[in-house]
Amino acid sequence: MIALLLRDLKLAFRAGGGFGLGLAFFLIVTVLVPFSVGPQSSLLSTIAPGILWLGALLACLLSLDRLLALDWEDGSLDLLATAPLPLEAVVTIKALAHWLTTGLPLVLAAPFLGVLLNLPVPGFSWLVISLLIGTPAMSVIGTFGAALTVGLKRGGLLLSLLVLPLYVPTLIFGAEVARRGATEMETQTPLLMLAGITAATVALLPFASAAVLRINLR
Amino acid sequence: MTLTVTDLAIARGGVPVLEGLSFALEAGRALILRGPNGIGKTTLLRTLAGLQPPLTGQIEGADDQIAYASHSDGLKPTLSVVENLSFWASVFGTHDIQPALDAFALNDLADRHAGNLSAGQKRRLGLARMLVTGRPIWMLDEPTVSLDRNAVQMFADAVRAHLGQGGSALIATHIDLGLDGEVLDVGPNKAQPKPIDDFDGGFL
Repeated sequence: MIALLLRDLKLAFRAGGGFGLGLAFFLIVTVLVPFSVGPQSSLLSTIAPGILWLGALLACLLSLDRLLALDWEDGSLDLLATAPLPLEAVVTIKALAHWLTTGLPLVLAAPFLGVLLNLPVPGFSWLVISLLIGTPAMSVIGTFGAALTVGLKRGGLLLSLLVLPLYVPTLIFGAEVARRGATEMETQTPLLMLAGITAATVALLPFASAAVLRINLR
Repeated sequence: MTLTVTDLAIARGGVPVLEGLSFALEAGRALILRGPNGIGKTTLLRTLAGLQPPLTGQIEGADDQIAYASHSDGLKPTLSVVENLSFWASVFGTHDIQPALDAFALNDLADRHAGNLSAGQKRRLGLARMLVTGRPIWMLDEPTVSLDRNAVQMFADAVRAHLGQGGSALIATHIDLGLDGEVLDVGPNKAQPKPIDDFDGGFL
């Protein structure tokens, strides 16, 4: 299992691996928002938590179609399925590798981009906490979507359509934590909901992903 | 370790392709799978490897025993030859890749990226993967595609050594590898379309 994780990380960092794609997209979105909505700092600080969350979510979505498709194309998914590793473990590791190469950099970059959007000072810690809790769910849900669409030519569109509705609860509660944190309101309820969604998806979806992958490999 | 297949029927894309197939593959033996294109050789190998369920019939002795090599080699172009091979070695819990490198003359290419290899070299690397799996039953689907005469000989030697160590191999191929083993021609097992019964006939 460690070998698979290390291989995926190595592949992501090598040339053409796609590391930084999500991060660059996140950067572009947040840099462009002040240009499009205007320079009023009060307006920017109101919308900052929501924009940062939306940007992170879309950046996550961007790299999903490569998550299993590359392994499917070169045949290594078939070979992994016949290896001693259970497919549940394979998809969990894939999701973890996706989170480490896409989700975690977004979490770390978010506070710096928060400055560009004039995020209120109390909001920074809540933004990082909410993204830290919310992004694993996005990777796990995304892996499920990738497993559903693996083997389809140009499956990216279908993947986005399938995954976006599943992202909505995470987006609602995650952005709510960041918004409440920024306005110094109580954050416990949305934070617990967000953590609950993440815990449930991490616990359940790998089984669903492995099941659909088995069917798709037939 | 004997692989026993009894009265197997398999389908590709929902259409039955082979039926009534029975054979046994004993340790130390090779079975050469033959039959015209599209008869279902790949589907049979995929079924035995556990990638798809059979329609009917039993497969015994296959669990965690099979190393499967498909048409594609499962190589990552940005990883080196050694990295590709070590990855599969650790997935299968074996760690010594040197014999595999030796058997397929990959030592000189060890640090090259797999993306820079020729088609035949990639195939050799793909076949070297079988050696690091440490599994007794090899399932090979057209293993000699794009191999030159030398490499075919290397491959045949590797299979012979594997059989000598008590392993077995089921090989779908159209060329003569010079292995001592039975030929399994699946042509006669082609699935026959169901005769039209009264119910279907009512629609016609």
